[in-house]
Amino acid sequence: MPGLAISTAHEHEPTFGDYVALLKPRVMSLVVFTALVGLLVAPASLHAVEAVAAMLFIALGAGAAGALNMWYDADIDSVMRRTMKRPVPSGRVAPEEARAIGVGLSGLSVVMLGLATNMLAATLLAVTISFYVVVYTMWLKRRTPQNIVIGGAAGAFPPMIGWVAATGSVSLEACLMFALIFMWTPPHFWALALFMRSDYEDAGVPMLTVTHGRTAARRHILAYTLLLVPVSFWLALGPIGGPASLAAAVVLNLMFVWGAFQLCRRTEAVAQGDGYAAEKAFFRASLFYLFLHFGAFLADAVVRQAS
Amino acid sequence: MSGIRATHELHTRRFSRNLGVAVALVAFVAIVFALTVVKVKRGDPLQGFDHVVRPGIEAAGS
Repeated sequence: MPGLAISTAHEHEPTFGDYVALLKPRVMSLVVFTALVGLLVAPASLHAVEAVAAMLFIALGAGAAGALNMWYDADIDSVMRRTMKRPVPSGRVAPEEARAIGVGLSGLSVVMLGLATNMLAATLLAVTISFYVVVYTMWLKRRTPQNIVIGGAAGAFPPMIGWVAATGSVSLEACLMFALIFMWTPPHFWALALFMRSDYEDAGVPMLTVTHGRTAARRHILAYTLLLVPVSFWLALGPIGGPASLAAAVVLNLMFVWGAFQLCRRTEAVAQGDGYAAEKAFFRASLFYLFLHFGAFLADAVVRQAS
Repeated sequence: MSGIRATHELHTRRFSRNLGVAVALVAFVAIVFALTVVKVKRGDPLQGFDHVVRPGIEAAGS
């Protein structure tokens, strides 16, 4: 019946806002910020138009990876409270459309980044998208509790891409920025898993909290937080560091390690008693940690330029 | 008698989506144009990455 077909089509017609939500703008903001810092602290500069274009296409690539992740993980997302309102699990965007947008924007962003800057940056963006979609989303996420440890590499690439877009080559500083985000990712996501409680278990995602228990996850958070400290100081004392980075490293690491110790000492009963207040605070602190750390690199770069 | 509504909610939704896509496309064209202007003004070797090696162009561009 034609009338029925039309009314069904109306219900599933997405808005432009749904397309934007498909690209995970919150994740994109972190990607853009770290890539921008990577580009600005590099010992070479791009024309302003090239820099803006580079940021735009890196953001577009990140969004494309997000859309492909949302297409593939629609079954998991529809079970988890945190993700069930996303455009694909909520039915606002059809899975096939999300896949088409993801594939199309992936190709466009990689080609355009290559044309705007250089082929190495474009290759790294292609590797990042592939790593996030194929290695993390399709392979690791449903199979191993190490999913976010290895998969975290995808989120760690953006500052390296920014650096390579400006300089045309990979250097130690770019690798250290990669390492900083790589080591930061597990404590960040395991803290989230601690206070999201049964979400991952209900969805059948083998997070460390599900496979090895919450106490083991708390110990792992502390271990990765301690491993983060030397990377942070290495960067702060290296060529892209300076007084601001060093001050940030001291303050942020003290805060983060103290928070991790607190989490490690807490029992599940205590955490439940106060509504996972410390876990939520640690998760928020982890966001501040990364933003302020990269903000400090940027501040030192501005001071160097000025002097 | 209920009259025909000029703009159904669906049309409003479609219009906002089409407008968003149009703005995104115009922005894309603008960034490609700006990139072209920057690269041409700087004198980048425009055919340096052609499928045939042309040392003369590479040398002129560098």
